[in-house]
Amino acid sequence: MPQLIRTPLWKIAHARSGDKADRADIGLFAYDAETYTVLKREVTRERLAAHFAALATGAVELWPLDNILALKIVLNGALQGGAARSLRTDNLGKSVAAQLLRMEIEAPQDLPRLVREKTA
Amino acid sequence: MKTVRIGAGLGFYGDSWRPVRASIERGGVQYIASDHLSELTLAILQKDRQKDPAAGYARDAVPMLTELWPLAANNGVKFVLNAGGLNPEGARYAIAKTFREKGWQAKIATVTGDSVLERIDELRAAGEPLAHMDTGADVAAVRDRMLFASAYLGAQPIAEALARGADIVLTGRVADAALTLGPLAHEFGWRWDDWDRIAAGLTLGHLLECSGQGSGGNFGSAGEWAKVPDYAHLGYPIAEVAEDGSALFTKPPATGGRVSFDTIRQQLLYEVHNPHAYFSPDVVLDMGTLKFDDEGGDRVRISGASGAARPAALKIVAGYQDGWMGTGTIGFAWPEAYAKCEKSAEIIRTLVTERGWAVEETNVEYIGYDSLLGDNADPTYRDQLNECFLRMTIRTRDQRVADGYGRLFPWLGLSGPPFAGSLKGVQPATELLGIWPTLVRRELVEKNISMEIESI
Repeated sequence: MPQLIRTPLWKIAHARSGDKADRADIGLFAYDAETYTVLKREVTRERLAAHFAALATGAVELWPLDNILALKIVLNGALQGGAARSLRTDNLGKSVAAQLLRMEIEAPQDLPRLVREKTA
Repeated sequence: MKTVRIGAGLGFYGDSWRPVRASIERGGVQYIASDHLSELTLAILQKDRQKDPAAGYARDAVPMLTELWPLAANNGVKFVLNAGGLNPEGARYAIAKTFREKGWQAKIATVTGDSVLERIDELRAAGEPLAHMDTGADVAAVRDRMLFASAYLGAQPIAEALARGADIVLTGRVADAALTLGPLAHEFGWRWDDWDRIAAGLTLGHLLECSGQGSGGNFGSAGEWAKVPDYAHLGYPIAEVAEDGSALFTKPPATGGRVSFDTIRQQLLYEVHNPHAYFSPDVVLDMGTLKFDDEGGDRVRISGASGAARPAALKIVAGYQDGWMGTGTIGFAWPEAYAKCEKSAEIIRTLVTERGWAVEETNVEYIGYDSLLGDNADPTYRDQLNECFLRMTIRTRDQRVADGYGRLFPWLGLSGPPFAGSLKGVQPATELLGIWPTLVRRELVEKNISMEIESI
């Protein structure tokens, strides 16, 4: 068994987000099948709800898509009622994906696409 | 084997049409599908129309077509645009006027019947509650404040316009992907209940509807975005589609951007909610069976779309007036840039309280620290920032309060914490709009759809 490390998602995945009425709508994508298995196991509705506790006032929805190695994530009630009544700079929720990429999970340290820390 | 090539036009009102030229010149496209309407663009257009009854359409369609039509006509390229907004006939009039002045010929079709703002009571009387799709709230709460209400129409009227020889099809609100599905259904003579083919057309339309986001733009990643070549000349995506709905997804040669498995699947899942039941007026798409085959060289094969029967209801999105936003900003240089922003926020709150202004909600952001990342901003360097900008916004019912709010801030430059910048005028009140998504039986909308063609 390879050793497990804690890693932020940005080192192993990519993501895009947008808005639909009062929902932030995010796609999270593994670069490879091995990482996808880890994402499916680690990125749960409960952890997403905790990570976005300050943003999502409604339920978190989650769908895995094995065919494209992706997780579809929807945060209900996350945009202050919608883009045109939001007071935020990111009224369209386009940076919500960046927030997601900061979430930390446990992953094997030998994942193929893991971005290694630059050594000082 | 017959194929049809469709290129992306705009992805929103205000997007650039420069890249469309490359698709026409060397992308071999037969159609440009141009999406000018985001969820709330109709609110902007409604305000235009209140000032001028001839307005209410996406004005960028006129300069876009003026610039591109000679080239398009020369290459036999047709345009399908939802730039009609709230006034497709007005858009046609403006375009026809320009074309006549130039001595150009074209058959321009308009599709109308999507706007139901004037029919709310009629639809209610016909037994449609028009309750909020997500909350179930009664539409009576916002009825008097509605600025627009439009149903998303499907691709059939577009296909019909093309079958009758239209060169340019102008619609109001249609499903964004219908701008692509319409030409495909027309060219291949797809049956409207051939759900898998219709689903394939919807998939491709969805991949094209956000222009550069389908070819490497906004590639949400750490590091990888920097490997996308030549953003300045990013080519918009093109789908080369076969009769069975399978397609080669690509972009014009000698353009920037990137079409790959990674960039395309980001767009596939963009703003779709449940990917196993992506609703459109024409079909319900399951994205779970799609197959992507990246051939390299900005070429990705797409196949395997599955569709289920179209829904009995159409979606309406209405927008309503929902108060005003006041905005104030001020920036501070090191030292203690963040702390000075925090102190300024406290001072502003005191001033608002002392004035007795009715404020429903206050939003405080520190630009350079958390304005985009919110609670997920990393506080490690918060107290050592080189500079930081305070941005405060309020929600209020009173336009005068929203206007006055921004005027509180410049005073801080002389009477607040030191080393302030960005004291460049005051931002006036912004009108806030609530969004009201709801459903309506499709036949109640479809009986009012009308398509007209004008030859010029």
